[in-house]
Amino acid sequence: MKQKSLILMAALALLVAACGPKRVEEKPAETATQVPAATESSGAQSAGVATVDTSAGSTSQGALGPDGPLGSQRVIYFDFDSSEIRSEYIDVIAAHGRFLAGNANLRVRLEGHTDERGSREYNIGLGEQRAQTVKRALALQGVQDAQIATVSYGEERPAAAGSDENAYSKNRRVEIVYIN
Amino acid sequence: MKRRAIHCALLACALLQSAMAWAQLKIDITRGVTDPVPVALVPFARAIPADGGLDIAAVVQKDLESSGRFRALDRAAMPSQPSRAADVNAASWRAQRTDYVVVGRVVTGTTDNVQLQFELVNVLTGQVLLNDAVTVPQSAVRAGAHRVADRIFEKITGFRGAFATRIAYVSVDGAPPNQRYQLWVADADGENYRVATQSSQPIMSPAWSADGEWLAYVSFENRVSAIFVQRVRTGERRQVSARRGVNGAPAFSPDGRRLALTLSGGNGNLDVYVLDLTSQALTRITEDPAIDTEPAWSVDGQTLYFTSDRGGGPQIYSAPAQSGARARRITFGSSYTARPRVSPDGKMLAVVTQDSSGFRVGVVDLASGQITALSRGGLDESPSFAPNGAALIYAGRDRGQSVLAMVSVDGTVSSRLKADQGEVREPVWGPFLN
Repeated sequence: MKQKSLILMAALALLVAACGPKRVEEKPAETATQVPAATESSGAQSAGVATVDTSAGSTSQGALGPDGPLGSQRVIYFDFDSSEIRSEYIDVIAAHGRFLAGNANLRVRLEGHTDERGSREYNIGLGEQRAQTVKRALALQGVQDAQIATVSYGEERPAAAGSDENAYSKNRRVEIVYIN
Repeated sequence: MKRRAIHCALLACALLQSAMAWAQLKIDITRGVTDPVPVALVPFARAIPADGGLDIAAVVQKDLESSGRFRALDRAAMPSQPSRAADVNAASWRAQRTDYVVVGRVVTGTTDNVQLQFELVNVLTGQVLLNDAVTVPQSAVRAGAHRVADRIFEKITGFRGAFATRIAYVSVDGAPPNQRYQLWVADADGENYRVATQSSQPIMSPAWSADGEWLAYVSFENRVSAIFVQRVRTGERRQVSARRGVNGAPAFSPDGRRLALTLSGGNGNLDVYVLDLTSQALTRITEDPAIDTEPAWSVDGQTLYFTSDRGGGPQIYSAPAQSGARARRITFGSSYTARPRVSPDGKMLAVVTQDSSGFRVGVVDLASGQITALSRGGLDESPSFAPNGAALIYAGRDRGQSVLAMVSVDGTVSSRLKADQGEVREPVWGPFLN
């Protein structure tokens, strides 16, 4: 899973880096080779901003489809007791943000989660903070408030069962869910 | 007398019985007192079918033994089975090393009522300590047996029994993401269990009203959090808060007229509010960028205790319940103390606290601020006081399995309930039933 996300991030970064200010058709991710995430992050930041084309029929395929760069990278993971966005996710969130900013009819729900440790209602608060952090990052790209809903499930809907760090790290997350 | 005082100080009044399945739960006493009081519960004489055939003495016996404070004499070892104190030969019972004998009779009363008459004899002194009766409708004979247990418990220990009470808790089965969530209500001994509500989406934070008629809880059945109140007797329910953002942590005021709750609004900043259930007026209690949640009412309804991480990590604070005057920090001893619940006498809080053992449940003495951890630790959470203030029920994990567990407030008696299937969590102990 981690390997796949590296590939996708690399693809995304290449996509952004290669295209400059022009509008481009999005491409499937699998043509990219695996590149260390850190390098690609800095590469993307130094490139110009590009928007991904979104003709009306493309929401179910293309960018948001299961193989598309946004479709398969929709989960943002967090460190314990933190709602800070890790550097490896900055580009992904920015890409979702640009996509949404360019398509004001699209809406997302940001679903915040925590691992099971600690008190349940307090964890609802932590999950909400995580969702809000992602929301603010999307807003920086010009996404409208009306396009973003947040919900926190705290520890109530884990992605992985278990009481070890392996499960915990998969549960501390925000899921970006496109709702139309 | 000192020994008796220690017994009394120790009481747990656990609801659940040592060998009995309990709404898919089984209970084990993991730690009892070293010298439980020996008592004999003689089968009640009855005019069949007045009580529907319920073995009253067996229910009373299981209640007393589940407290960890009593040891009952085997029926096979009883020298005789009298039904009146006058027929109790004290010497023959002392020979069986028992200190107390309970005898009784089930009598049909007027109309549909059944009367449970009972006597408690101290066989060391020969004194009849109780000569009493409980009258109940035929449909509630089991509840009557619990009230008999309560009276015997109180007479011997000096503390009010809590056997005639109820618990609510949440169970979850199925693997993520296809879970089924159920909110259960059961008698204190695990009988009469039934589902109060269920959903494919999370249910959390159940809370009893002080009169035991209502449960408030959070449900995600509409895909976002909302607070419902439900009348336990009829199942009738209504949504009381579905505001934008988080709706969480409901708590009925002692007079039942208000609900403390957590709201976040659109900006995701959790704060504590009070909702008047009649007028719908909303009063803001905290206004702080930190996470403020998990409100709990003081006994007089004037103060709210709550969790806040405004100081860095979660700690307990208090604030006046009428308006958002300045909050005062209560706990200092640990880096993480959360989820307060107020004791029936108002002098203590039950909390979750973190230390080197992990997450444990314990109590805070409000006069001194001192935190005493009671449970063994790991992933313990959701403590709730018994209505006599003597014990906490809480949720934890044992070898990978979720358990509900009980620990007495003095830490001496503990027991554990394991679910046969699924996960169990968030137990809440209901009030005394009158």
